[in-house]
Amino acid sequence: MANDSKFTNQKFKLVGTRVMRPDGVDKVTGRARYGADASAPGQLVGAILRSPHAHATIRKIDTQKAEKLKGVKAVITSADLPDFTGGEGELYNVLENCMARGRALYDGHAVAAVAAVDAETARRALKLIKVDYKVLPHVTDVDLAIKPGAPVVQPGVKTKDKKAAPTNVANVTTYGHGDVEAGFGKADVIIEKSYKTEQVHQGYIEPHACLASVGPDGHGELWVTTQGPFAYRNWCATLLGMEMSQLKVTSSEIGGGFGGKTHVWIEPIALALSRKANRPVKLVMSREEVFRASGPTSPTSIDVRLGATRDGRIVAADAAMRYGNGAFPGIWGEVGAMAAWACYDIENVRSVGYEVLLNRPKVAAYRAPSAPMAAFAVESTVTLMAEALGMDPVEFRLKNAAREGTRASYGPTYGPIGIVPTLEAVKKHPHMRARLGKNQGRGVACGFWFNFGGQTCADLIIDVDGTVGLSVGTVDVGGARASLSLIAAEELGIPYEEVRCNIADTASLGHNDMTDGSRGTFSSGMATIFAARDAIEQLRVRAAKAWGIDVKNVSWKDGKAIAKGKRKSLTLKEIAEASPNTGGPISGHSQVVADGAGVSFASHICDVEVDPETGGTKVVRYTVVQDAGKAVHPDYVEGQFQGGAAQGIGWALNEEYVYGKDGRLQNPGFLDYRIPVCSDLPFIDTQILEIPNPNHPYGIRGVGETSIVPPLAAIANAVSDAAGVRMTHVPMSPPRVLAAIKASRAEKAPTG
Amino acid sequence: MKGIAVSTTVNGDAVEFVCDARETLLDVLRNHLGLTGAKEGCGTGDCGACSVLLDGQLVCSCLVLGAEVEGREIETVEGMADGDRLHPLQKRFLEHAALQCGVCTPGFLVAAKALLERNSNPSESEIRYALAGNLCRCTGYDKIVHAVHAAAGDLRRQQKARKKRKAAG
Ligand code: FES
Ligand code: FES
Repeated sequence: MANDSKFTNQKFKLVGTRVMRPDGVDKVTGRARYGADASAPGQLVGAILRSPHAHATIRKIDTQKAEKLKGVKAVITSADLPDFTGGEGELYNVLENCMARGRALYDGHAVAAVAAVDAETARRALKLIKVDYKVLPHVTDVDLAIKPGAPVVQPGVKTKDKKAAPTNVANVTTYGHGDVEAGFGKADVIIEKSYKTEQVHQGYIEPHACLASVGPDGHGELWVTTQGPFAYRNWCATLLGMEMSQLKVTSSEIGGGFGGKTHVWIEPIALALSRKANRPVKLVMSREEVFRASGPTSPTSIDVRLGATRDGRIVAADAAMRYGNGAFPGIWGEVGAMAAWACYDIENVRSVGYEVLLNRPKVAAYRAPSAPMAAFAVESTVTLMAEALGMDPVEFRLKNAAREGTRASYGPTYGPIGIVPTLEAVKKHPHMRARLGKNQGRGVACGFWFNFGGQTCADLIIDVDGTVGLSVGTVDVGGARASLSLIAAEELGIPYEEVRCNIADTASLGHNDMTDGSRGTFSSGMATIFAARDAIEQLRVRAAKAWGIDVKNVSWKDGKAIAKGKRKSLTLKEIAEASPNTGGPISGHSQVVADGAGVSFASHICDVEVDPETGGTKVVRYTVVQDAGKAVHPDYVEGQFQGGAAQGIGWALNEEYVYGKDGRLQNPGFLDYRIPVCSDLPFIDTQILEIPNPNHPYGIRGVGETSIVPPLAAIANAVSDAAGVRMTHVPMSPPRVLAAIKASRAEKAPTG
Repeated sequence: MKGIAVSTTVNGDAVEFVCDARETLLDVLRNHLGLTGAKEGCGTGDCGACSVLLDGQLVCSCLVLGAEVEGREIETVEGMADGDRLHPLQKRFLEHAALQCGVCTPGFLVAAKALLERNSNPSESEIRYALAGNLCRCTGYDKIVHAVHAAAGDLRRQQKARKKRKAAG
């Protein structure tokens, strides 16, 4: 029972209600402490010197003058860090990205760092460091990077064959099944289209920040804004040759991450500075550094081919997907290839992912990483196909949608899934019947995300006053404490207010994977249920002891131990109060690999208005329909739907990394990299569907990521409907839309 | 570093500090006065996370120098609640789940307060434009707009009740 993850189909008393979050008061009064809000006695301020070149050999770094500056306590370069060259690939990649060794690989790549008594001294010290660069040719465009003769970013990288010449294609992966060419042979209509998306950033409002302290005894502490304190601990300890247990990592409140805080950037540097100076070091990225040197998502270039029969059945699908990985190899093309066709039941299907190296920052996850670009290409083409067949785009999708038992293009066979129900809900939604005004258009698109479970650990303690402390190791990115407290209270049968959820540091709880893959509520929820069940076992034992009966005859219901027969019950509070005399503290613990994260689907509807004179696009109405499995706290589920949609809208219409000919990032700030503001957006309507995940006691699925997958395509389909032009390049910024409108007018104009 | 001595008022309290001529008001609040409610999201006036009121005027504290605030009145998020009573905006932000990560929240609360002080009954679009200088990457602004709208109603009701009480006695 304790660790049985089967769906219980129980009636909930608390789960599904809209309670106040327990960390709320701290967050509206300014008391909550984020990454940059902590200080330590004797603290120094760290700063990092970054390459102004997209690609250069570092011939020499002269730090002497900086070291001599009064108030400077430590200067480090790669010479102060372990050298993993030729060793384990990912260790080398991560550390090399934190601090360049011999070569600067992108504009913003760290080359040296200082710690000084104050920020001003640290800045002056950076200016005194002399770096002798030899500038090399660079490449920042995905399509140019794979052309023969393109500058090679990582000479050690070969696509497959170790003897082959180095290339910028670090890996090629293929997914799918059936006979794609034979499938196209059966098609009545084939549509081929190429798409491009520009690089975007997660854009969390809180920059990376940490406070590191390492002593000569090898003990260390790190306070840091992160999605994964355990992962950060393991990375930092391994990279710096520390013992994991000697480094305690505490996650601060996190001011947004969206995948960008799953990876170490400045933290090993802060620790190395602290170790050298033997003083605590606070290191905070500026916004410019966040843009230039943390991990944005991939720029992409994708070719799609889709074949269908006249009656509206997709018979073949193929995609070639080139994902920019930045300067280090990753898995982003592969993830895109896996996600591409996941919404549909297709007999002959293939997707090929290419990992393309560029002189850009090392790509990190961004909310459902790689899926939005794939969905942009696929869902645009699906709508084009519906148009070509003269079918309604929702009907066409319904006809080809994956169902329970469908074999997904990336391998597994689906259990109960939500794609058809979300499309049915779209069909019925009043949004679909709303009148469109002049220059307005409507688009629909679907999205998929895998979701993730992973290693999870939770502790639940029953205090002697009968209140409950729950410790979890997944960071609360936006309401998780409330959801997990609801779950604990539900399972124990006590009021929500009597549970307090605490995010544990790495010294206080077993390993927890990061808060990523939409796993927070799914997996920590599962661990919480198991820990509560474990505690209930204890509570029953104590009650049985008090009554002098066999524990077999004691059951747990509504927060009480109940004995078979007529004896009265004992409440959790009564058992807790007696605990010092009945065997000591009562607690529950659980450690699981939370398998079975149910896959997630969403369908979005979007209305836009396109100004034909400027090419400017405004989203006038937006609806998100998504399967949550079970919405534990509906407010925060809606919040995830709305937030993802808003990020998708920014990506679709505005956001992009602009690199100059010199390979330097031209818009590393919120003024020129413009994310949606309040006046850019309408209210975002949400509809939560609940198709229980059979692999979770409460039926929960992850909800955090899927909402960013459909918007690019939904908006492209809407713009195309409004302006009569098919946009194949994201962002659909005014100049691009205007150019497309002009081109289509020119094409339509009578010739001769 | 040559320090500049400044006397000012923060959340109603007389405060003195010494700062470098280059330090911003945000640096002073966070690093000298221990008030870390205002956040640095950009340092360039583009995100509003550092919003405070300066003599009742909404400003980005990252664009104001510490030395400029001599003799002025500063109000930060830490001064919004009245003792243990939260400001209606703070309450409504919680009730409407208008924050996810919460890092933008102090800035939004201060900016919304400035709005409601000059316009007690703003329309949706007035709220949206008044808050356009504050970036939130988590919420899509939906629940923030609802929260501000609800708080405006609370404040109007409070004011009415106060007037009534005055008239009565
Ligand atoms: S920190 Fe002041 S506006 Fe962003
Ligand atoms: S709640 Fe995270 S930025 Fe607004």
